[in-house]
Amino acid sequence: MAGGTIRVYVPCDAAAISVGADGAVAAIRREADRRKIDLEIVRNGSRGMLWLEPLVEVETGGGRVAYGPVADSDVASLFDADFLNGGDHGLAQGVTEEISYLAKQERVTFARCGVIDPLSLADFEANGGLVGLRKALAMEPVEIVETVTEAGLRGRGGAGFPTGIKWRTAHEQPGDEKYICCNADEGDSGTFADRMLMEGDPFILLEGMVISARAVGAATGYIYLRSEYPHAVKTMRRAVDIWRKAGLLGDNIDGSDTGFDVHIRIGAGAYICGEESSMLESLEGKRGEVKVKPPIPAIKGLFGKPTIVNNVLTLATTPVILAKGAAHYKNFGVGRSRGTQPFQLAGDIAQGGLVEKAFGVSLRELLEDFGGCTRSGKPIRAVQAGGPLGAYIPVRNFDVEMEYEALAKAGAMLGHGGIVVFNDTVDMARQAHFAMEFCEIESCGKCTPCRIGAVRGKETIDKIITGDNRAENLKVLDDLCELMTEASLCAMGGLTPMPVQSAVKHFPEDFGG
Amino acid sequence: MVALIDKLEHAPAHLICGRHNNRPDALLEILHETQAAEGWLSDDALRTIADVLNISRAEIHGVVSFYHDYRRAAPAKHFIKICRAEACQAVGSEALAAHAEQKWNVSTGCKSADDLIGLEAVYCLGNCALGPSAMIDGELFGRVTPERLDALVERCIEKAERG
Repeated sequence: MAGGTIRVYVPCDAAAISVGADGAVAAIRREADRRKIDLEIVRNGSRGMLWLEPLVEVETGGGRVAYGPVADSDVASLFDADFLNGGDHGLAQGVTEEISYLAKQERVTFARCGVIDPLSLADFEANGGLVGLRKALAMEPVEIVETVTEAGLRGRGGAGFPTGIKWRTAHEQPGDEKYICCNADEGDSGTFADRMLMEGDPFILLEGMVISARAVGAATGYIYLRSEYPHAVKTMRRAVDIWRKAGLLGDNIDGSDTGFDVHIRIGAGAYICGEESSMLESLEGKRGEVKVKPPIPAIKGLFGKPTIVNNVLTLATTPVILAKGAAHYKNFGVGRSRGTQPFQLAGDIAQGGLVEKAFGVSLRELLEDFGGCTRSGKPIRAVQAGGPLGAYIPVRNFDVEMEYEALAKAGAMLGHGGIVVFNDTVDMARQAHFAMEFCEIESCGKCTPCRIGAVRGKETIDKIITGDNRAENLKVLDDLCELMTEASLCAMGGLTPMPVQSAVKHFPEDFGG
Repeated sequence: MVALIDKLEHAPAHLICGRHNNRPDALLEILHETQAAEGWLSDDALRTIADVLNISRAEIHGVVSFYHDYRRAAPAKHFIKICRAEACQAVGSEALAAHAEQKWNVSTGCKSADDLIGLEAVYCLGNCALGPSAMIDGELFGRVTPERLDALVERCIEKAERG
């Protein structure tokens, strides 16, 4: 730093705060005051190396240097070690960008997350923000749709539906009352990518929403954000205010003929509202009950009008596609899974966090090269991929490629990219029981297979656990799972059998087999 | 008659509806704000909201009972929400919840006899790499061991007592 104030970064990300980031900030301020050192603390997003949180970074001539995890009590010794000039210390992690966990990633959607001050428009622009939006504003709507289609982007919420096709359908609908609904109801256990991005780079989501609005001709957008994410709510609200003031939301955005505004709506603790038709009902102020499809939302969605429902990551990936072109994005990935996926390593894992990699990376690479071992030190027994409706995968299948089709072939799914690690103390019958119990708690109650099936499923697994007519009840469970899969209205009842049946198949010994 | 209608009126709820232009599609927001102001949703508040938004009380009841966040009774003074989803289960959230139940003599989903502690299960706080996670009086904490939970809750109680 040429004579200026020393700049220190401490994340404002909820995960970092949950392990003491605010305390670290207070301690650094106190110590700097005591030593009469002038420094500026920037609250950035998280870099996604969550086991190192609170990760404190110092800007030096040789790049940003990282220290972590920093407890309040470490701060005085950091000053003693001259950390403000990148001095050596027990917590020193070296130059942040060179930490192998980060260096080995392909950060596309998360390129700015953790780097910038999330609410600084100047930082955002200086790091590639608004390039995609400005290109889109100069394009015809149909060209935007074509570019997104050409890039091969698929819905990151879990279903993996081609985004371009969805946009084209809404684009082709007549009328000028259309909606963009961002699904930020990230309820799957083991996932936190939406939260991290909304807290660490909120403008990218707004940029993606304006691009989609121009593509389909929508004037109003909603972000349906879960109440369990108070930090993300606060940041997104401030981001919307900043964009309105900067003329990036409202009429004639950035001088163009596109007008679009975004409203934030807060969920109320119902997991099912992550399902798109349920979310739309909830946005209309109703019970979040699932609706029969067709009609699909792109034709008849919110308030009966054509509506795009896309996940946070899907929308947030469109700016880079517009900025760098479809071919650039398409070059990442394998087969029909194009681009990158932010994977999230969670549960009993030593190096939990966010890993953005091109599709096709193996589960083993993610777990071994990034995750390290378990946090507890015990051997891994299983992972659950894709949230509470995803399959349990045994160690012998860890070579599976993480992409939509390969996972489907292996009887698993990608979901929202969450990977939850369990050690060898896990009881898979209890986990199967929990899958049914969760479905019982969170079912919207609209269709019978889900509403009643979950209760019967739980009872049947109870019987299997206690050894009551085990062989017969395993058959009943299998039959029930088949019925739920075939006859449920949405993925809640339709996929709850996936964790149950994968547990029975791969870990029969836990079911008395 | 006028006096009777006035008695049914719940002024804060009425005001909150107005802030949302009395739009029925803003019902969830209106309920959130009313609950934030009062701590819970009373019959009076719901009756007023139904009246102002011109929707039936049955519809409001349907919405309030559907979502886990809404409370129809006065809450405990302090709230502990423990994440019980898979990622936290993998690092001991079940044992943590059992500890909290025993320590504060409260079952999950209920409040303690002295109304001091309310214990709730929550399914994912989005802090899945740093579990077990808990939210205490709205503040998020990670890597929560039973000892850390006790200390954090005690701190919240002391803070409230000091005012």
